Amino acid sequence: MDMFVANFSWAFGAISWLLSWPLTALQGVLQWLPWSVTLVAFTFVGFAAAGSRLAIFTAASLFYMVATGYWQESMNTLALVGVAAPLAAGVGFGMGVLGYRSGVARRLLIICLDLMQTVPAFSYLVPLLLLFGFGPVVGLIASAIYACPPMVRNVMHGLASVPSALVESGEMSGATRWQSFWWVRVPAALPQIMVGLNQTIMATLSMVIIASVIGGFNDIGWEVLSTMRKAQFGQSLISGMVIALMAMILDRISAGFASRVRSTVNTPTVSRSKALAASALLLLALFAASMLFPAMRQWPSEWRVYPVTQINDFLSYTVSHYGWIFAEVKQIVNFCILLPLKIGWLQLFNAMGYTISPVNQVAYWVAVLCAILLASFAWQGRGAVLVALVAVACFFGLTNIPWPVLFMVVGVAAWQAGGIGTACFSLAGMSFILLTGLWGPAMLSLYLCAAAVVLSFVAGGALGALAASNDRFSAFLRPVNDTLQTIPQFVYLIPVIFLFEVGDFSALIAIVAFSIVPMIRYTEHGIRSIDHEVSEAAIGMGCSALQKRFQIDLPIASPAIMLGLNQTIMSTLSMLVIAALVGTRDLGQSVYIALTKADTGAALTTGISIAIIGMVADRVIQAWVKKKQRQLGVQEN
Amino acid sequence: MTYFLDDQIGSAKDRKVKLSCRNVWKCYGPTDSGIYQMRDTPERASAVAALRSSGCVPAGIDVSFDVHAGEIFVIMGLSGSGKSTVIRCLSRLVEPSYGEILFDGEDLLEASPKRLIEIRRRRMGMVFQSFGLLPHLTVLENVAFPLRVQGVDRQRRERRASEMVELVGLKGRECAFPAQLSGGQQQRVGIARSLAVEPELWFLDEPFSALDPLIRRQMQNEFLRLQTLLKKTIVFITHDFLEAIRLADRIAIMKDGQIIQIGSAAEIVLKPANDYVREFTRDVPLAHVLTVADVMEPYRGHLQTTQACSADLSLLDAMPSFAGNPEGFAVTNSSGAIVGEITASKVLTIFAESQERTR
Repeated sequence: MDMFVANFSWAFGAISWLLSWPLTALQGVLQWLPWSVTLVAFTFVGFAAAGSRLAIFTAASLFYMVATGYWQESMNTLALVGVAAPLAAGVGFGMGVLGYRSGVARRLLIICLDLMQTVPAFSYLVPLLLLFGFGPVVGLIASAIYACPPMVRNVMHGLASVPSALVESGEMSGATRWQSFWWVRVPAALPQIMVGLNQTIMATLSMVIIASVIGGFNDIGWEVLSTMRKAQFGQSLISGMVIALMAMILDRISAGFASRVRSTVNTPTVSRSKALAASALLLLALFAASMLFPAMRQWPSEWRVYPVTQINDFLSYTVSHYGWIFAEVKQIVNFCILLPLKIGWLQLFNAMGYTISPVNQVAYWVAVLCAILLASFAWQGRGAVLVALVAVACFFGLTNIPWPVLFMVVGVAAWQAGGIGTACFSLAGMSFILLTGLWGPAMLSLYLCAAAVVLSFVAGGALGALAASNDRFSAFLRPVNDTLQTIPQFVYLIPVIFLFEVGDFSALIAIVAFSIVPMIRYTEHGIRSIDHEVSEAAIGMGCSALQKRFQIDLPIASPAIMLGLNQTIMSTLSMLVIAALVGTRDLGQSVYIALTKADTGAALTTGISIAIIGMVADRVIQAWVKKKQRQLGVQEN
Repeated sequence: MTYFLDDQIGSAKDRKVKLSCRNVWKCYGPTDSGIYQMRDTPERASAVAALRSSGCVPAGIDVSFDVHAGEIFVIMGLSGSGKSTVIRCLSRLVEPSYGEILFDGEDLLEASPKRLIEIRRRRMGMVFQSFGLLPHLTVLENVAFPLRVQGVDRQRRERRASEMVELVGLKGRECAFPAQLSGGQQQRVGIARSLAVEPELWFLDEPFSALDPLIRRQMQNEFLRLQTLLKKTIVFITHDFLEAIRLADRIAIMKDGQIIQIGSAAEIVLKPANDYVREFTRDVPLAHVLTVADVMEPYRGHLQTTQACSADLSLLDAMPSFAGNPEGFAVTNSSGAIVGEITASKVLTIFAESQERTR
């Protein structure tokens, strides 16, 4: 690696230099423009994208950035996004077209995409740092790497799913290959491509924030991170809010343009160009005015609204008065879920000073046996195996399970779900983790993930099922979900640490808050998209509401629910690394430590280990879902 | 025992063959090319069956037919019969495995990609079942698209396109997007687009199948109106036998990739080639399908001629004439000359025979 760096540093230096040009240029422009001009310009864009409500929201959000004095930092972050997003989108489009054109390229790409999305960004930040040198360009490249997969996937999917009649009609018009691609296929796939663009922009922002751990660009992510480290909660809350608002604006604007492409409503072109001219004039006038009134150019620092002390006072008041509630919750979860999973009942009681007598141990196993028998009556063999596994895991703790047992369990599950190929892949992946000596931290990751996934699965499933049958609740939940999903993962940590302090529990809460969303969404979607006639038949046969839910809805929706579970696992893993910032001791932490020590090898192996956990889970679940979908005769979505 | 007007048959024969499909095969999956040389024999049938069971899909088996200039040639078959594959082979949207497709004597399968694009641009038009309209373009831009592909300048192509839009009765909707139109209107756009380059050959792949029955009927009338105006050479695909007999000059019936029978509506109804075809003719209103020419006999000179009826009238429309002439009357051609006679007993015999057949 060092040799590689030494030999090719000139090339990477050149790339770095090349990329830093647009970055500094854009940064310069955004800094130089008076805030009033930028604010109004964004408001216009918001209006053009989705009408007056978004325009008002945009104006208010940008004004918040101005008033709290984070304008400079915000604009720096925006400059990073402004360079990284087009880069990611362009590269993503190119790769998507390539993948669409050639089957070999597609297969290679899909593996690459899986890696790019599951290997935590922290672990490729290190080699990037070595290659490109210290500075914001590294964050830029990391963001581009992280953000291009959604673009690639959407481009491939969009291009491939253009109706054949459309392509044929183009061909029958005598279109050449070039014409048929650019005039028929790309425009027809544009709605899907725009969805990809939206996701890419959001991923870019998310990554730009994470990459700010490198520092050196004075952006808003850095501000949040440094204040959080100094335990200045008021500051980090206010600046975290900037990130959240920026995420929402970018999301709504790009989603607004995307849906406008989709609806293709007739817009008279004349009035559009007139509106464009009018807004340009207004912006010029604003610019002139801001030259006269310096307050419009630079928000005076004495006008800054910065209620840090109030927030901090309020927070410490809350914590000192109601802190016991949080502490109680934390303790309950710790003792009922986290610790048994981590070290098992046996050690847990030992640690607390009790020894469990052999009689009690026997009693536990007898109870387990009964449960297994019961399960085998109720859900046949598989249920019994599941109960046995849970019982064993709770007794010894996940981290104490000997590796051959886990190999066997995962191997059999993979083989059952996806056949011999999936099983081999899973075993090979687990061997990698074992051989690199990361088994210990990997098990810690697994335990944290398992706890988070189980919590998300149960809670998210319940919420989703509720939303499926209650329109009002669904309407309430949707914007909450949207917001949870748009906000960069980083921001979740802020409220969590100050309420629960550092530790596994805080990590768990942050992870669950982030990864519960897909579970809710997919469950609701799965239940809602059940054929009407099936529900009517069930009601007609006299099913009670509960019977219908458990015997009709959930089994039919199970493929969708499992896809949600899959997404939940992926989000959990991606959040794991970020949660390392609040003090865990798992793979995420190892990656983070490797980053701070600039240890390329350690960063990459640990990153790949996380990716392996994710990919094994993904393959097994996907295989299961495919099987189930075929059984149910459901179209793949 | 049916008779045809000599001059009618003569005209079909004299007309130039515009498109000729000779021994065309299309097999999906690896296929031994020896099978393409086989003609309709029991050995071939077993070879095809073996091919099917090996997982290959023979979608077109030794398909041959001629389409004459100005003729509406309908290929009728149920889903999976290979009719869509055949029409796509004709324009090489699907590459045939074997055979010849002669368009004005030129073998399309030999044409270079460049030549093929040229032919598609200037001489072919196609209408699709699911319309195939470009969702991001307006009605006018959709219709103008084939001209845009050719590089015609905006002003000229839009003038031509608006003529076409007017022809299909969509004047005033030029600036609408496809998603804002009903199914029937969308298909009118599809028709206008396929006609924009004034093609000699017009392919229609189940153009009305996605439409409601009432709209379908309306569109069929519209189609016939257009054809009397434009006189294109047409290959029309449908799965609806009644639509086929309503529109067709000649019908080819397909099953499992093979053509079972080719003939006029009357021929197919009166002389179905096998039970499969007979099954389709069961619900056909005979009096609608048959014309006076189909059932007339040579003129023997004793029936009255003052109320003579025209040979191309449908039997149904000729019925009222029997009211004054219970026995029968003379039949005249378009120039008024007597060409035969039609008798009540003959008509009854035909109805009785047809009833007997389909029982």
